[in-house]
Amino acid sequence: MDVRKALKRWRTAMASLFIAAVLSVAFPRAGREALSLLGMNVGTILGILPPVFVLLGLFDAWVPRERVAPHLGETSGLKGVILAILLGASSAGPLYIAFPVAEVMIRKGTSLRNAFIFLGAWSTMRVPMILFEIQNLGAIFALSRYGASLAGVLLMGAFMERVLGPKDREDILARFAEHRAG
Amino acid sequence: MTWFLYLAAGAALAVSAAASREKTKKALNKAWNSFLNVLPALAAMLFLVSISVALLPERVIASLIGEESGFFGQILASVIGSITLIPAFVAFPMAKVLMEHGAGAAQMAVFASTLMMVGVATAPLEASFFGWKATLFRNGMAYFYSFAVGYVVWLAVKAWM
Repeated sequence: MDVRKALKRWRTAMASLFIAAVLSVAFPRAGREALSLLGMNVGTILGILPPVFVLLGLFDAWVPRERVAPHLGETSGLKGVILAILLGASSAGPLYIAFPVAEVMIRKGTSLRNAFIFLGAWSTMRVPMILFEIQNLGAIFALSRYGASLAGVLLMGAFMERVLGPKDREDILARFAEHRAG
Repeated sequence: MTWFLYLAAGAALAVSAAASREKTKKALNKAWNSFLNVLPALAAMLFLVSISVALLPERVIASLIGEESGFFGQILASVIGSITLIPAFVAFPMAKVLMEHGAGAAQMAVFASTLMMVGVATAPLEASFFGWKATLFRNGMAYFYSFAVGYVVWLAVKAWM
C-alpha cells in the first residue's frame, strides 16, 4: 500500500492519538491512567481479533448464499425462516453491505419476510461476532442480547411482510433493474 | 474463551484448506483485509475512550449513561447508536471500557442494538434498494425494539451478575 493512502486511512487515529497525548501532558494523572487502560485493552483485543476474522472470512467464502436463495420463498415455511437466519448469522461485514445481497436474494425468489429476517440476522446475530461480544461483555450480556434480538428479528420480519405488499416487491425488483442499468 | 476461538478457527481453517486451497486463500485474504480496515477505527476509539474515561469522573459517565440515568440515558445511547457508523468490533470493546467506568448494561445494550440495526447515515442507500417505505418501517421498528433489547439485557444482568 502506498504511503499516502495509509496516511489518509490512519488520519483519524493519528488525530485521536494527538488529542489524547496533549490531554495526557496537561493532566498527567489521567494520562497515566489512560495509558494503563490502553495497554490492558490493546493486548486483549488484538489477541481475539485474528480468529474472529478468520472465521468471518471462511464463512464468507463457503456459504452458498445465492444457491440457497430460491429455497427461501413464500412457501418455504419454518425451513425458510431458519435458513434465512443461518445465512445472515454466517455473514461478514457491516449492514450496508447486506442490502445488495438481500436484493439479489429477493430477485432469486426469497420472500420479503425472509429477506428482512436475513437482514436482521446479518445485523445482530453474526456468529463470530457473538464470540467476540462474549469475550468483551460477558456471556450473560451477550447471550441475553442475542436472544432478545432473535425474537425481534422474527417479529420484524413478520411485520415487514404485513406492511409491504406485492406492489412493494415489484418496486424493489424494478429498482434492481435500475441499479443494473445505472 | 480465547483459546477456544483459536481452536475453532484453526480447525475450520484446516477443513477448508483440505477441501479447497483456492477458497481458503480467498477467505484468508478477506480476513486480512477486513482486519486492516477495522484497525484505524479501533485505534482511534481506544485512544479517545481511554483518555475520556481517565479524565471524566465515573460520576459524570454514570449520570449520562449509567444505570441511574434511566430512560434519559437510554435515549441518549439510542440516538448515538443510530447516528454513528461504528463497527461492532470497535463498539464492543468500547462498551466494555465504558461499563467498567460507570455505564449501565441496559444503556450499552440499547447502544449496541441501535448501532447494529438502525442506520440513519445509510438510510438513503437502503432506500435506493428497498424504497423509503420499507426503509422507514425497518429502521423505525429496529429503533423501538432496541429498548426492549435493553430491558431484557438489564433483567438478565440484574438476575445473574
